[in-house]
Amino acid sequence: MAAPTLPLAEISPETLPGHRVALGGDAPLTLDCGVALGPYTVAWQSWGTLNADKSNAILVCHALTGDQYAAGPHPVTGREGWWEIMIGPGKVLDTDRFYVLCANVLGGCMGTSGPASADPATGRPYGLNFPVITIGDMVRAQAMLIDHLGIERLFCVIGGSMGGMQALEWASKYGDRVFAAVPIAATPRHSAQNIAFHEVGRQAIMADPDWCQGDYHSLDKRPRRGLAVARMEAHITYLSEAALTRKFGRRLQGRDTVTYGFDADFQVESYLRHQGSTFVERFDANSYLYITRAMDYFDMAAEHGGVLAEAFRNTGVRFCVISFTSDWLYPTVESRAIVHALNAVAANVSFMEIETDKGHDAFLLDEPEMHRTLRGFIEGAARHRGLPG
Amino acid sequence: MADGSIVPATRALRPDLQLISDMIAPGSRVLDIGCGDGELLAWLAHEKNVDGRGIEISRDGVRACVSHGLSVIQGDADTDLKDYPSQAFDYVVLSKTLQATRNPREVLQELARIGRFAAVSFVNYGHWRIRAGLLLSGRAPVTAGIGKSWYDSEDIHPCTLLDFVALCDELGLTIEKAMLVSPTGAGRSIGRVGRLVNLTGEQALFLLCQG
Repeated sequence: MAAPTLPLAEISPETLPGHRVALGGDAPLTLDCGVALGPYTVAWQSWGTLNADKSNAILVCHALTGDQYAAGPHPVTGREGWWEIMIGPGKVLDTDRFYVLCANVLGGCMGTSGPASADPATGRPYGLNFPVITIGDMVRAQAMLIDHLGIERLFCVIGGSMGGMQALEWASKYGDRVFAAVPIAATPRHSAQNIAFHEVGRQAIMADPDWCQGDYHSLDKRPRRGLAVARMEAHITYLSEAALTRKFGRRLQGRDTVTYGFDADFQVESYLRHQGSTFVERFDANSYLYITRAMDYFDMAAEHGGVLAEAFRNTGVRFCVISFTSDWLYPTVESRAIVHALNAVAANVSFMEIETDKGHDAFLLDEPEMHRTLRGFIEGAARHRGLPG
Repeated sequence: MADGSIVPATRALRPDLQLISDMIAPGSRVLDIGCGDGELLAWLAHEKNVDGRGIEISRDGVRACVSHGLSVIQGDADTDLKDYPSQAFDYVVLSKTLQATRNPREVLQELARIGRFAAVSFVNYGHWRIRAGLLLSGRAPVTAGIGKSWYDSEDIHPCTLLDFVALCDELGLTIEKAMLVSPTGAGRSIGRVGRLVNLTGEQALFLLCQG
């Protein structure tokens, strides 16, 4: 692709394509950890046109390693957006009809304030001085952006994986500001296994000598190896065993026989190494620590005495919950827990488990059944909302 | 309510579903368990301004429903009823599904708990043709009502009308309405279910409530 690209290290927030806004200058954002954050920056992208009564906005929430470039070329990689398949004229999120926006999450590294941003107090990168954030904080920051845009009520909040957690959090905390919520391949809480995988990733980063206790930006270093290992490990959890077998099997990489050494003999090794090495060019290691932490802290039932249904009591939001048969990171049972909680408060909910062997990452891929279901749900919701066809 | 306008007008409703629809008051809240492709829910939304929800076990059914703007979850009567709050719906519909559940007794209790009324229809295994078939041929009967060989049938808990009425008695459920349904879907109201009705009725539809 011909889009001009820049390595992450040379990107300054000012040069990123898209919108930026400084928020929290007058009233700082009070984070779950108790810190008052402000001013802070939110970087976001939008597609389509906001209608006169601002009723056609769809907020897309991105996953752990995603960003606001859900559609269109990515400024670092030059590749197409991570949800190009969903966003555009005539697509499921039809930009001829809806105003679609996606903001880089708080703690991210694509222009929204995060550990790589300059601390206004010192002018130097925050590093580990950035406060620990939660999914709730990310959503609060998005709500301030929505306030800033003068949007009273979002037509829909949609996202996969961590994006789905945000959609759930939006519906729970800002139920009167969301008409429909679509959590895909999501979970109402991080399980011990989820936390365990994240901890391995964080330990890989922190064990890299170039991490420098999180101060690598000031010392002009990057914990590339640690971050690459974290990505390789996490990437396995995004795929299914069947998908790995289908893609790679035990096939060898550019050789006819094993080398009796530790080169990437197998295609799957080569693939993971490639995933790791390309990831470090576009993602900040400290952001990875902060965002995985936010996901680990996510537990919607915890603040409601352990009863998930209480998080949705009296909700008027229309839900469409989607899971995938081969997703073992956030398996269907987690989506069912959401559905059962919503049933317990007699909420308006649709739920479908999509049959696929592509694992957790299926939400990013061409899954015709998911697209048909979502198209119908959004169409139905739009009619209920009174949006013109 | 906008719910009434979202579903395009349908053709004539399947006759047995029409009988259920006739029992349902306009503007009520309805849960259709085993809603298939959403035919009844769509009709109720369009014709009776009903706020409807569905549970369906097949992916194709769920997709058809959701893509027509209906609120339907993938699930089944055995596992997905316990979460609903009591009296969450005005009507709960269980059409030709009761005998396919693992635990019909519990399912029936749940129906009466969740809905003010429960509309339940099923095939009567006490019909004379089924009895005669078993008696004379010694083989599990395949009739119009059952329609499938024993190994294909979803009905793992076959029952007769008298069995059903006895269970309702035991569970303290009141039969508000009872009707026999012919194979073509024509309905005929009946007073009480006696031995003769149990012999001549092929399918039945009951409207139940608690107490």
